Amino acid sequence: MTAATATAPRPAPPRAPGHADEAPFTGTVRLARHVLRRDRVRIPVWALSISGLIGYFSAVLPIAYPDPAALQARAAIMKDPSGAFMTGPGYGLDDYTFGRLLANEMVGMLAVATALMSIFLVVRHTRAEEETGRAELVRAGVVGRHAPLTAALLDVLVANVVVTAAFAAVMVASDLDAPDSLAVSVAIGVVGLVFGAVAAVTAQLAEHSRSASGMAGAALGLAYVLRGVGDARQLGGSALSWASPIGWAQQTRAFVDLRWWPLLLCVALAVALTALAYVLAGRRDVGAGLVPARAGRADARPGLLGVAGLSARMERGSVVGWAIGLVVFAVLTGSMGQGIVESFEDQPQLAEIFGGAGEGDILRGTLASFLGFFAMAVAVYVVIAVNRLRREEDEGRTAAVLATGVSRARWLGGSLLVTGAAATLLLAVSGLALGAGAGASVGDSSLAGQFALAALVYVPVVWCFMGLAVLALGARVAPGWVWLVLIASIIVGMYGPMMELPDAVLDAAPFGLVPLVPSEDPAALPLILMVGVAAALAGLAAAAFRRRDLTA
Amino acid sequence: MNPVIDVRALTKSFGSVRALDALDLVVEPGEVHGFLGPNGAGKSTAIRVLLGLLRADAGQVRLFGGDPWADAVDLHHRLAYVPGDVNLWPKLTGGEAIDLFCSLRGSVDPRRKADLLERFDLDPTKKTRTYSKGNRQKVALVAALASDVELLVLDEPTSGLDPLMELVFQQCVTEAVASGTTVLLSSHILAEVEKLCDRVTIIRAGTAVQSGTLAELRHLTRSTVAVSCTADPTSVAGMPGVHDAVRDGAALRFTVDEEAMPAVMRALAALDIVSLTVTPPTLEELFVHHYGDALPAAPAGGAR
Ligand SMILES: Nc1ncnc2c1ncn2[C@@H]1O[C@H](COP(=O)(O)OP(=O)(O)OP(=O)(O)O)[C@@H](O)[C@H]1O
Ligand SMILES: [Mg+2]
Repeated sequence: MTAATATAPRPAPPRAPGHADEAPFTGTVRLARHVLRRDRVRIPVWALSISGLIGYFSAVLPIAYPDPAALQARAAIMKDPSGAFMTGPGYGLDDYTFGRLLANEMVGMLAVATALMSIFLVVRHTRAEEETGRAELVRAGVVGRHAPLTAALLDVLVANVVVTAAFAAVMVASDLDAPDSLAVSVAIGVVGLVFGAVAAVTAQLAEHSRSASGMAGAALGLAYVLRGVGDARQLGGSALSWASPIGWAQQTRAFVDLRWWPLLLCVALAVALTALAYVLAGRRDVGAGLVPARAGRADARPGLLGVAGLSARMERGSVVGWAIGLVVFAVLTGSMGQGIVESFEDQPQLAEIFGGAGEGDILRGTLASFLGFFAMAVAVYVVIAVNRLRREEDEGRTAAVLATGVSRARWLGGSLLVTGAAATLLLAVSGLALGAGAGASVGDSSLAGQFALAALVYVPVVWCFMGLAVLALGARVAPGWVWLVLIASIIVGMYGPMMELPDAVLDAAPFGLVPLVPSEDPAALPLILMVGVAAALAGLAAAAFRRRDLTA
Repeated sequence: MNPVIDVRALTKSFGSVRALDALDLVVEPGEVHGFLGPNGAGKSTAIRVLLGLLRADAGQVRLFGGDPWADAVDLHHRLAYVPGDVNLWPKLTGGEAIDLFCSLRGSVDPRRKADLLERFDLDPTKKTRTYSKGNRQKVALVAALASDVELLVLDEPTSGLDPLMELVFQQCVTEAVASGTTVLLSSHILAEVEKLCDRVTIIRAGTAVQSGTLAELRHLTRSTVAVSCTADPTSVAGMPGVHDAVRDGAALRFTVDEEAMPAVMRALAALDIVSLTVTPPTLEELFVHHYGDALPAAPAGGAR
């Protein structure tokens, strides 16, 4: 071993033109196997999350709509143009059932979820690979021109089949009719395929993975709005509903008068877009796009120049994404408000259990307990955001910052400030949207403000989880422990009452410690204690972080 | 004047791997100090201890007379660091990253930044995720050179630069040194070391094996002599300090220790020299000598 080994590896000689055309698909199977292997966790997680949505709603809906009359009240909201805009064309509103509700209101949302999954998967295995330069290595091997794209599309096909199967299984297990369940599941799957194909096209157009996902995401947003406007115009949808793949998925009329053929439109569009992607792929170089990248700023804005500014810039995109997701969920959940009120009207004995409280109090009490679910989601955000700092450290960026005039405490503090503020914002936005949705449904505009404020009682408990995550970072303990604590807390908080756990456990679980504002008075003591715990955890974390080596 | 960097008997282990083993390193103010050694010798580890990113297990580490672990922040305002493997925030543009580094260290000097960007031929409006390795390195170099600091800590700063940029880098360092900056330069590029460095420290398996000026190090290595004489020069091959003698037609080639040179020259002169070339050791030979020589004797698992 000597020092005289400084020769750089020679780049592979250029291939003879036309060589790849002789066997453009060579190596696809091998590549597809590799791609699927990389996604062996990702795809099941998507499938579980998407089918888990039904789990969430089958837990929440019976509380809100204990009988057909209550469901009928909800149907009235969906008849309304604004209700139709948000959800679907409104088949079967005259005799609303859980299945019809699901087909009318959730297929759109679920189709968005599978579409996002497909977009991310395709971009991840095509444009993102080219961006890192790995694709060049792959293509330099015995791999045809179209093999990477084909492998990515096969991956997306498998992902959507898995999601469809999981979803159908959960629906059938929830006692829904099998053919209609299958139609709904296949519908969200084929919409996924359409947007996978859209992403395959945008991945050829854009030079960067983010622009590729962005363009495909914009197409998805457009599709949702088109069918929204179409459905709002006319019960059962109008011409505009038929201009959108999501509209086609909803036009199967599942659980009302099932028809399969609209799904063929999705399949045909997916095939056509895929063909377009192949044509475009054949016309460009590896790594190049057909639409050039936009230039950014040559100088930083003053707002960026600091630890907190940097952290805010890194978090911005994901906070916006979380906010949109939470708002959609919260508005939909809040829109059940009228149903809740009416179900209590029908069952005065229930109202008595609640201590003879008035209608408004019952509504507030129920919504206040829903707020807890949003707090759990924000706690998940917080842990993810803190774990981003681990990657920063492992990839050497933290070292680069600490080598300038930034202390470890300031680095940690600046990052926490941003995450803590973002969590507070997300809670307030969730509360606002929950209150606004409920307010629109019962005609009480004061609810939005009330719940925006009420959501803030969860700030301390969310900060505690942030403190826990940051302690694990400071002491460099595996993040799995934080997830374990968080998931256990969520399970106890969500399903504890159903599992009939003792009250002592329920009250002592982190989310159980928070008073149900605005139906209860905010008790100051537990909140102050939790803020204290969060501060103590952060302090310990800073002390531990000051004592250890950086990982990179 | 006190040394800028003063490391004595520094030891650092990662689990069972001993990365630094009683390392000594002294860098005087105003000098460009080359920090050399084979892969895995511990150069980057030593630099990271100097920056307070790693904690020393034992030994004394002084930077500007202070303790880099305890006084990291104060000391860092006086230095700039360029790692060999630059990782940037993919969402920022190159220009934004430069401004960020400069302002976290002190302040941004827009004129200097613009000047360096031009010299290094770097487009600051591109997102850093689209930069090549060399361009990422340029970002770190511009950010370091644009700051007004007393010490530049450079860990293989040019491993991704093309030859033209390498020249620009050398010019920039020379200018910085002219204005009084001290430089610690870890590098595998010998031409760069030869051009820039006043003194070098060579480390192997976490220990300094040589330290001194390049001239001093050359003394420790043999020069190559090729000679042809009217008389037969073979007798010289047997003299003390002469090694590796081979006949090459009428000529004789051999290497000779620095101390033996006068005696050998006198002997050759007596033999009627026809032609004579004496080549001082190239840096390459110097390093092969210092990196490789003692390898068989190094403990197993040492240098890697
Ligand atoms: N974080 C770490 N954990 C465990 N071992 C490490 C760590 N960092 C460095 N080492 C080990 O310490 C030794 C010295 O590594 P170092 O990176 O300092 O070498 P180097 O001289 O910079 O080499 P190169 O010329 O390749 O950059 C190596 O054996 C390396 O494997
Ligand atoms: Mg190194």
